[in-house]
Amino acid sequence: MQQTCVTIIPKAPASFMTGSLLTTSNGGSTAHCTVADALPPPPPLMATHFHRSTALLLLLILPHVLVGPVLASGGPDGGGGASEEFSEELLLKPLPDRKVLAHFHFQSTALPSATNGRHHFLFPKAIAQLVEKFRIKELELSFTQGRWNYENWGGSDPMSSTNAKPPGVELWTLFDLPITEVDATWKNLTHTLSGLFCASINFLESSTAYSAPRWGFHPNSDNLRYGALPREAVCTENLTPWLKLLPCRDKAGLASLLDRPSIYKGYYHSQRLRIVSAKLTGIVLEQTLTVVLQPNVRRNNPVSSTAGSLQPNWSMSSVFKKKITGQCVLAKVSRVFLELEESLVAELEKRVSRDSWSNPLFELSAMPDREIKELNALQDQSGSILYEFNVANSNEYEPLDVGMMWKVPLVWSCPHAPFHVSRFLMGSGNERGSLAISLQSTQSHEQFLGGSHACTVEVVVFQVVPWYVKVYYHTLQIFIDGKPQTVSDVIEKLQVTPSEDKLLPGTLELMLRFPCSMHSGTLTLDFDKGFLHIDEYPPDANQGFDIPSALVSFPGFQSSRSYHEDDSLKDSPLLLKFQEKNFMRSYTEVLLVPLTTPDFSMPYNVITFTCTVLALYFGSLLNVLRRRIDEEERELKSKAARPGLIPLLLSKLSSKLKRRTDESSQSSPSLSSSSPSILGPKLLFKVILVAGLAVFWNYFLNNG
Amino acid sequence: MATEEKEKPKGGAARSRLIVRLGAFLVSHNLFVSVVCCIAGFIALLLLPVLAKNTYISENALMPGSANPAFSAQDVMEANRFVKDIIDQRTIEGTGIEIPRLVGQHMAGVGAEVYYHKFLPHKNQFHPLHFFSCTPNTVTVQNNSSCASFGVNSVGIIRAPRGDGKEAIVLVTPYNPWKIELSEALSLGLAFSIFSLLSQVSWLAKDVVWLAADSQFGEYTSVSAWLKDYHSPVFFSESRKMNVDVCHESNSHQDRNHITVKGENANAFRRAGTMAAALVLKVLEKKERQERDSLTIYAEASNGQMPNLDLINIVHYLAVHRQGLRVKIATIGSLLNSVWLRSVGEIVQRLCRVAKSLDPRWKYDITSADYVEGSATLASSMYHQAIGVPTGSHGAFRDYQVDAVTLELSPGFSLKNENSQSAFFLRGGRLIEGVIRSVNNLLEKFHQSFFLYFLTAPNKFVSVGVYMIAFALLIAPLPIVAVAPFSGKNEIRLSTDKGNQTPGYTCTDEIEISIGSWKWLHAAKVVFMTHLWAVIVLLLPYFMSQIPYISPTTSMLVWVAVATSALLILYLILGSPYSNDCEWVLLKSVMIAAAFIGLGLMSIINFSTAQIGALIVVPMCLIVRPLKRHKEVALCMRVMLMTCNLVLAVIGFPPTALLILKGLSEGFGRVGIGDFWVWAEFLWIWNSATYLYLLLVHLPCWALYVHILLHP
Repeated sequence: MQQTCVTIIPKAPASFMTGSLLTTSNGGSTAHCTVADALPPPPPLMATHFHRSTALLLLLILPHVLVGPVLASGGPDGGGGASEEFSEELLLKPLPDRKVLAHFHFQSTALPSATNGRHHFLFPKAIAQLVEKFRIKELELSFTQGRWNYENWGGSDPMSSTNAKPPGVELWTLFDLPITEVDATWKNLTHTLSGLFCASINFLESSTAYSAPRWGFHPNSDNLRYGALPREAVCTENLTPWLKLLPCRDKAGLASLLDRPSIYKGYYHSQRLRIVSAKLTGIVLEQTLTVVLQPNVRRNNPVSSTAGSLQPNWSMSSVFKKKITGQCVLAKVSRVFLELEESLVAELEKRVSRDSWSNPLFELSAMPDREIKELNALQDQSGSILYEFNVANSNEYEPLDVGMMWKVPLVWSCPHAPFHVSRFLMGSGNERGSLAISLQSTQSHEQFLGGSHACTVEVVVFQVVPWYVKVYYHTLQIFIDGKPQTVSDVIEKLQVTPSEDKLLPGTLELMLRFPCSMHSGTLTLDFDKGFLHIDEYPPDANQGFDIPSALVSFPGFQSSRSYHEDDSLKDSPLLLKFQEKNFMRSYTEVLLVPLTTPDFSMPYNVITFTCTVLALYFGSLLNVLRRRIDEEERELKSKAARPGLIPLLLSKLSSKLKRRTDESSQSSPSLSSSSPSILGPKLLFKVILVAGLAVFWNYFLNNG
Repeated sequence: MATEEKEKPKGGAARSRLIVRLGAFLVSHNLFVSVVCCIAGFIALLLLPVLAKNTYISENALMPGSANPAFSAQDVMEANRFVKDIIDQRTIEGTGIEIPRLVGQHMAGVGAEVYYHKFLPHKNQFHPLHFFSCTPNTVTVQNNSSCASFGVNSVGIIRAPRGDGKEAIVLVTPYNPWKIELSEALSLGLAFSIFSLLSQVSWLAKDVVWLAADSQFGEYTSVSAWLKDYHSPVFFSESRKMNVDVCHESNSHQDRNHITVKGENANAFRRAGTMAAALVLKVLEKKERQERDSLTIYAEASNGQMPNLDLINIVHYLAVHRQGLRVKIATIGSLLNSVWLRSVGEIVQRLCRVAKSLDPRWKYDITSADYVEGSATLASSMYHQAIGVPTGSHGAFRDYQVDAVTLELSPGFSLKNENSQSAFFLRGGRLIEGVIRSVNNLLEKFHQSFFLYFLTAPNKFVSVGVYMIAFALLIAPLPIVAVAPFSGKNEIRLSTDKGNQTPGYTCTDEIEISIGSWKWLHAAKVVFMTHLWAVIVLLLPYFMSQIPYISPTTSMLVWVAVATSALLILYLILGSPYSNDCEWVLLKSVMIAAAFIGLGLMSIINFSTAQIGALIVVPMCLIVRPLKRHKEVALCMRVMLMTCNLVLAVIGFPPTALLILKGLSEGFGRVGIGDFWVWAEFLWIWNSATYLYLLLVHLPCWALYVHILLHP
């Protein structure tokens, strides 16, 4: 609410507001709210609506006013308005584990810079300049919090292969530059991006942080640089600059749904930016935000949920705490899709002869405008279904609120990738360990490939390892179903860039060929843990160091959806994206390597220790050099002849004392006989006397 | 301390180099120094309970108890329902898989990832090279061994909602699926309710793993088997797997082999990152009724390793200040009632009062009852560390550098009572939730607090800087006494012609030693031979454990017989120690040097073993004299020395010491010769370095001691 107040004030016409603003002298956001309440004739709710609609009107008019003359002057080529396009789409999908996936997809396109000069109408200038300056062919930057659950949220659909990203920041760029300039440009690019997105992407500048994969990450890429920061925390400060790239920010359209507390409360949050630029087509900026949210946090009985209780009912207003009140007026396309998983549709068809969206299993809270069916490769199976909702039909009074109400408990599962990949560390201690990547068959590739004949599955592993994890690549071992394999039998292609201390991370690109019948396969690599330089350690005791996620892709499997060819599909960038043929990919977990942490108080100890030793050494050396033995002997003799004052006094005192304590000492003669020669009772007595005096003195002083 | 004391009288008349003179002085008064140091060492040991400090939570990031516990009556109901389910399952005759499956289904019900970990118990065998290696003995089970028996752990993992999955917290509940008891069911119920609570919370940053460990082969076995598969899995596992499969078909337990949850393959091992900490949760029903529910903390892992003190601190803080539980740690019960300890306590109390009146800043205020309890706890703490055997399944975690403790909750009232059971669940659940939340807050590893410490009460500890004083004092006289024979003659000469001899003093010293060096070599040969013999004795059990069906008594007798004959054979080969006139003084000094090195090394490996060992070895080394050489001293001294020597000779021999201890505690009727064999077996099964100490340091020392006693 606060946010809307702030935004509307500057947009509202001054003449409309001035009178009431004068009555309340408060500035800022609160002023507006009080104003709305103070107006007597219309009820307060109406007042805000009124304000908002005027603001919208203004928004509608403003671009026309601003853009109109420019267009007119832009002149003869005519298609200037269509040259830059913006589209906004949202895909909602119920997930089998009682969560909801929301995928926002914003796309802006701009013509090649030659045609329209430096100026853009919709396309963010910052990105256009970035592309121009650094000669970017392709760039992808993602900020992710949480892990994508490949088992429950899908592993083979386009959503997981392109939008599931490793935790933290991942950046890769394909440059259109001669190979000698790539590294320098990358360094500048990281700094620019870190300024643009308020993130520490500049840590990728150092040559130890990024790598240049040849074919393992992206096919035939010489000018590609890849870097990941698994530890980067993602927050609203990264989202705000990302939203600034949208023409309507988050003030209107689908982006207005982005309620910060709700989207950061989710189980997965990935904010992605992808730029593709080509000479002919111009620049395409694709901004996506994928969040997985838990509809309602009400604690339900977990025991009965196994048997099957209702999936939680959800709607946009319950998940995002907001509704859609109209599209971003600058958007060419503004749609909301609701996707039903393939197996859910199968489940649906099993129960009921499906006619429309009114069915006995669930109820949609809004009427979809269209239903799009997936064309499955195997015709007898049912494909996923998309319900399309047009945002343009909604307005302030009739907001769009897509949701689902379940009537019958349903259990379905997600499509899996052929193998479930996990990566882990083996061994313990600070010296060495091993890195293992294990592939567990999900049995789903049989449905992709069909048939049980001798087939093989290609798997590409791309792994970057920081230099302080010193991997011995010759120790690569591959096990298939518990049997060790000859490495050359399994490996198709191999590319290793060994790490260099403090200079280069190690990069491993592996293409493996496994038999289809494999149930589990494992790769292991041994490594030693290196020592960091003292200033490379974090200042305090640390948790450990990270190994970034590995990427495992399956070139034999394509994750794409195909829909009925239709004109309306052409203008939906999201669905076009879904129809692109991409490899199935999955990222593994980030790993934590505990390294030896030196005791940093050690230097202090060493300094004190060395100083002591040096003092002792120099003292004795000086003693030896300075001393003249003859003279000393003479002195000793003279001293023997004439005893010093204190020994004299002491001996006198002791003789007196001895006389006095003669009686007592006589009673215990055995003591003197047992004790050694010099340590007579005399000496003991002296010591005790001194100690007693000291104690008495201390006691006396303290009391006083 | 002693050195300073001695320095004073001599310091006034310093003539040549101070250090050399000081050393010479100490050596010349070795008898006095050793007596003083020894007594001071014993006194310092007795004073440790007084010097114990209060514990405090050192790592600020832990923030225990800063959040309100969310564990509510609803969770208690869930726990009760789960316990009821388990108890219902108990009545059904089954294959032992029902309860693991029930636990697994419940885990899956709260949205966790579930899998079943099957493991085979490993056979206990003596492996001389496996000491210090972190993994316990793993023996592939032979075909003929009972293949029907393998355990099934149910493991559930909650992935932290927004976490990156790099770290995990482990919760362990051991139970026996074949014969589940009410207390075990309660611990499972408690763990389940916490688990289901944690699956809902949003503050988790680390994954939570719940291991319901099948303890039919012992609690430790199942946990260590799981940890081994977690950290160092064997991929080349064809033979073992086949074995299991074969067993399956023969037993027609097809369902045990492939358990599925929600259609997923539940046999694939899953992991959850580096472990940050582990809690082993147990419920124990005590016979006697108490006022309050109580909590016993067990922390000792193998070879005297302890978890970080902060982990114990947060448990103690939350249990006492938040949940009002009575926290206990293990004590030696017999010491609590001992009269002499109480009288020592009285003296200490009086001394403390005097010290306090001298200087009020000395806050050594301890009552005699506190002292007795403190020292009984300290003794137990030291004993458990010294024996080198973990006190529970948390020990398995320490082998992988994971901090872990066992929390044994025992309810104050009968568990049959529904109300008290609910209250008990509520307290226990809130405690565990708080501890997990605290550990979850931790950004770093546990590093802030102590790793080397003794506990004298749940909230009092003695750190390494304090407890090593006693040990240092005990072994300080050893090098001095060892050097003494080499400078003894020199000292005499020094006293005879004092006049012009001083400058050439160091020179004559060297000559003396070089003259005596031949004899020294003879003594060293004898010592070397004894140590060689000790190594043989150490390795003998490896061969004897290969013999099947042998009773402990026979084993022990064979061990002793072979050891004795080995000694005799060594005599034949290398010559008797008495043959070439080897002086007993030199033999003693070399033996002391060897013992000193042995104790020093052991103090690095396992301090408590070295500490307790030093209590016996140091007097033995210092007091030893041949029985026939006592004629020159007075009669009363001679009798005293002889009795001391004989008593030490008996106590110093490990088997007799064990038998006497056992006889005193359990009555002499039950003591058998085989007991020592059983005990030694126990030590090497657990890879305890104490076994190495006993046979490589203590036994040769004792053998040489007896040699010297019998010296003609």
